[in-house]
Amino acid sequence: MSDSPSAKTVARDGLWDNNAVLGQMLGLCPAMAVTSSATNGLGMGLATMVVLVMSNALISSLRHWVSDEVRIPVFIVLIAGMVTLVDMCLNAWFHDLYKVLGIFIALIVVNCAVLGRAEAFASRQSAALSAFDGLATGLGFTLALTVMGALREITGAGTLFANAHLLLGPHFAFLETKVLPADSGALFMILPPGGFLALGLLIAGRRWLQRRADRRAAALTGAQAAH
Amino acid sequence: MSGSRAPDALWFPGASLGVVMLVTTAFLAVGQFATREQIAQAQSDDTRLQLEQILPAGYADNNLLTDTLQLAGPDGAPLTVHRARKQGVLRALLFEMSGYGYGGRIVLLMAVDVDGRIVGVRVTKHNETPGLGDKIEVARHDWIRFFDGKSLQQPAPARWAVKKDGGDFDQFAGATITPRAVVATVKKGLEFLAAHRPELTAEASGEAVPVSGEKP
Repeated sequence: MSDSPSAKTVARDGLWDNNAVLGQMLGLCPAMAVTSSATNGLGMGLATMVVLVMSNALISSLRHWVSDEVRIPVFIVLIAGMVTLVDMCLNAWFHDLYKVLGIFIALIVVNCAVLGRAEAFASRQSAALSAFDGLATGLGFTLALTVMGALREITGAGTLFANAHLLLGPHFAFLETKVLPADSGALFMILPPGGFLALGLLIAGRRWLQRRADRRAAALTGAQAAH
Repeated sequence: MSGSRAPDALWFPGASLGVVMLVTTAFLAVGQFATREQIAQAQSDDTRLQLEQILPAGYADNNLLTDTLQLAGPDGAPLTVHRARKQGVLRALLFEMSGYGYGGRIVLLMAVDVDGRIVGVRVTKHNETPGLGDKIEVARHDWIRFFDGKSLQQPAPARWAVKKDGGDFDQFAGATITPRAVVATVKKGLEFLAAHRPELTAEASGEAVPVSGEKP
């Protein structure tokens, strides 16, 4: 067993340092396709998170029986099979939820962040830690998509979390807010070009925060060394 | 890969890949078998709910899913017309009609009463711009309810257009093509019904007896 990272590192990596969308640039296709609203971003993020936890746990528990040569096709088959099963079960027994999440679930198969975590983490670490990594990565993915959806929705449609009640139930209707007067948004932000623009802005924003934090850390160690 | 390794034998990778494929396929087959009936049931429930939601409560008492009629639609494709009856008397006809909006096909479900007045219209499928064109969904906006009670006489055929084109129907700021397509599609549906009125009503009176007879 190689040295395993601490749970704290795993959480930090998944949420920020190595954020799937903003750090590793993985899963950009679903990130841009569904984030026309914050609600959609949240729905896609949560569905992906559930799949990540399950696929990481499954692949980690099978890691000793999968040889290097065929690991990628094996992971793909396992992930695609699992997502399809989840899709069918939701459709059959949780049909109302399926009607809301249905469009997202099939898209998860093509999310390379899921395969990325299987390859980079779950194939080397214990099942429990891998499941936790899936949770952290999934939360980071959800965070990135929700922020991206919020940015596009506010600038494009002037609303925030519009129709959240369709995804989360009537109790969450309070999330729905109007930020700008109706129809004053810049339409292109919710069209595909806005996806690229919002993604670029968010990646740049994260880099800027990261650099600032790095500079401060460097200044701090420099000051300590001077003493 | 670190940790305990998979066996080194030459046959192992291929065989393990084959086994994974077989097991996954088996799981999928079992899953499909176990969920098939539930999914079919849920989908027919969906259709029934859609059909019933469009009608006011207590409007009909027959099974809308089975009381249907096949006609050639305006585009030549077969069209299923559901018939809503109360105590065997035909009250309304429900059918799907589609047109092309800004983002592709828009599918509408229409309910029209025997006098040619619209009971309700709902959009069941569309690809319009989120935040703009999707106001045609009843969950997002009341716009679609404006069709209730309209007919080919009221408003006059020339007024069946969005306000921008001199008609009676509102467009949305930033989205005119979508409402224009919906208005045109609804009008097309009404015209289709008007053209087929004889066969629809004749069929209805001819079948009123056997339909009420097959009720338990």
